[in-house]
Amino acid sequence: MVTPETEVVECDILICGGGMAGCGAAHEAAYWAKAKGLRVVMVEKAAVERSGAVAMGLSAINCYMGMKWGENQPEDFVHYVRQDLMGLSREDLVYDIARHVDSSVHMFEEWGLPIFKTADGRYKREGRWQVMIHGESYKPIVAEAAKKALGEQNIYERIFISHLLLDKNDSGRIAGAVGFSVRDPKIYVFKAKAVICAAGGATQVFRPHAVGEGLGRIWYAPWNTGSVYKLMIMAGAEMTQMEHRLVVARFKDGYGPVGMWFLLFKAVLKNAYGEEVEKKWADLLKEWLPYGGGKPIPTPLRNHQMIRDHLEGNGPHYLRTDEALQAMFAQVQNDPKKLREIESDAWEDFLDMTMSQALLWASENVDPAKVPSEVVLTEPYLMGSHASGTGAWVSGPEDIAPKEYFWGYNRMTTVRGLFAAGDGVGGSAHKFSSGSYTEGRLAGKAAVAYIYDNPQAVEAESDRVEEVKKALFAPLEVYEKTRPLTTRGQVNPDAFGPKQALLRLQKIMDEYCAGQGAGYITNAPTLKRGLELLHMLRDDLSRLAASDLHELLRAWEVWDRYYCAEAHMRHMLFREETRWPGYYYRGDFPKLDDANWKCFTVSRFDPEKSEWVLSKKPYVALIP
Amino acid sequence: MPTFVNPNKCDGCQALDRPACMYICPNDLMTLDKGLGKAYNQEPDQCWECYACVKTCPQTAIEMRGYADVVPFGARLAPLRGTDSIIWTVKFRNNETKRFRFPIRTTPWGSIEPFQGLADAKVEDVKNPNLCGQEKFLGVDKLPVVAQ
Repeated sequence: MVTPETEVVECDILICGGGMAGCGAAHEAAYWAKAKGLRVVMVEKAAVERSGAVAMGLSAINCYMGMKWGENQPEDFVHYVRQDLMGLSREDLVYDIARHVDSSVHMFEEWGLPIFKTADGRYKREGRWQVMIHGESYKPIVAEAAKKALGEQNIYERIFISHLLLDKNDSGRIAGAVGFSVRDPKIYVFKAKAVICAAGGATQVFRPHAVGEGLGRIWYAPWNTGSVYKLMIMAGAEMTQMEHRLVVARFKDGYGPVGMWFLLFKAVLKNAYGEEVEKKWADLLKEWLPYGGGKPIPTPLRNHQMIRDHLEGNGPHYLRTDEALQAMFAQVQNDPKKLREIESDAWEDFLDMTMSQALLWASENVDPAKVPSEVVLTEPYLMGSHASGTGAWVSGPEDIAPKEYFWGYNRMTTVRGLFAAGDGVGGSAHKFSSGSYTEGRLAGKAAVAYIYDNPQAVEAESDRVEEVKKALFAPLEVYEKTRPLTTRGQVNPDAFGPKQALLRLQKIMDEYCAGQGAGYITNAPTLKRGLELLHMLRDDLSRLAASDLHELLRAWEVWDRYYCAEAHMRHMLFREETRWPGYYYRGDFPKLDDANWKCFTVSRFDPEKSEWVLSKKPYVALIP
Repeated sequence: MPTFVNPNKCDGCQALDRPACMYICPNDLMTLDKGLGKAYNQEPDQCWECYACVKTCPQTAIEMRGYADVVPFGARLAPLRGTDSIIWTVKFRNNETKRFRFPIRTTPWGSIEPFQGLADAKVEDVKNPNLCGQEKFLGVDKLPVVAQ
């Protein structure tokens, strides 16, 4: 094996991850850093032009207030998020994103993002919070702005960050990060006074619907491996709501978006016998008051109705695209030009952001105006940007955060100098692309403020750097050492590859941690058994073998997902209630329990002792 | 629908530092077979069908074939991405064809000047809750605040 060389990069602020949150952080930090000549560096495991969850494009911006037209105020958004999350959100963080998000969207438009307009010049709404965009190049546009703001010399691509570094004199303070190039045998040590964790949430922790060639056709980006959580967990940051997973209803097999069909086209979900799921199961919502009585119906409760109908044997479930489009065609009196516009909008929704669904429809000769399409629930994802709230426990903004939620710098974790944004921030959902970008900006500015106040040098513990450097390339050594034990590499008595480790993780999580194969239900004994199996997997991960740098990347991504899985399972075990039916059920605690559990769960992992400590933090309402 | 590379069209981007598909793939899938001098997808079951490589390939050598375990044969979906718009051709299993054109950008590529027209950052403003360019971009005069 080639001995890797090491490059040391010195900077003031390091941004880990160049997706929407990372690009927002880059933009804002670059602006404020200029006043004192600070160096801001961004590191990304792919190419910033097409990285992160928005790499493929998007057909809508799902978080936009429209304050300039008086459409919504931040308070309205807090009420909406509170309702959708069944009462539990960090309202200071939600409000903060809402009051700033419009400025990000207006910048995107100035930079060249095409946004649909109404006749009076407003953004065309798909729903109350959503605006429609021609978003094929959304990410390349945002990336161009970030690159211009930072300077190309401050962007490091194709480098996977595996560990954060703490200060040798102060283990509660950040000092940088370590990673490796996926192109050359080379290790990178980034020395930084502040680090912004802006990487993605976690997919493929759970077994998806297809497990052959279609393993990667999942709803959220398969390259979002949960780095953002693992990095912060391993650095000893407190994490919150790690049980609060996301499960969404999507078109079957292509995982295509349904938002526009529901919100704009007013399509209705019906079972095989033509019954409207929401109406048929309206009474179910009364078991989940007060949230079940509010509007809109929270995402998990809509799932819950669908699951109940499925269990009664009434599938398949169909989104009635046929009925919706025929109604729209009748509205425009079959004017050919308008029919063409409707058809174009319908297909663009897929072609901007889930091309597979378009290809799937074409392969099955689906004409959405003539036949309905099947909808199913996805496997669970861990993310803080959609209708779920896993992530770090962070400080809120000084001017609005309650005292329980403020410790110095907006979006700073409980490790000093370590900031989070996007999927990485817990308890504040519904940010989507624009809110994640905005949260990156908030973290970027706060990180500059932190360095203004804490200009003294930091130094990573040198033994730790050497230890990580040695561990990084271990899977390549395992491969070399174990290769002679078998005539073919796939079956080796002492080693396994990252794909097999991933599949084992997915099997454990699906079966023991309320995956879709288990009907989203579990209980304490099942979770405890799952943890036993998970720990055996953890011990076996020392046998991960990688034949090249690509497999080395995959090996470290398995570690990302492993820590997400363990955090998720432990938080689910801790929260003794069913807060989000339709996301998961605790069979042993099947009800909502506001008296004991209307609070945030918080965990801290002690990497030295390999121990998890869980506790509760209070929920504080920001507005009535 | 994982990517596959047409061997008659791919030239391994010999004129470039590295293949364009290898540069752009968000999941480190597209790589170069050095012996053949052509690109391939090294891990098709991790392909999200994001089409980043298809759109960027200078030889239009990369296409999608629907996942063998999910998608019936016979359809085709191909983009042609220009500087301001993209054209998609959707061919159905029954040979019906649809074509759509969507705008992708309203300004020239490379034209963004992120801080143009904004005042320089001031040290005394770094602790306030306002973000850069707020006066120009927020759309309302004052940043909303709730009482503590």
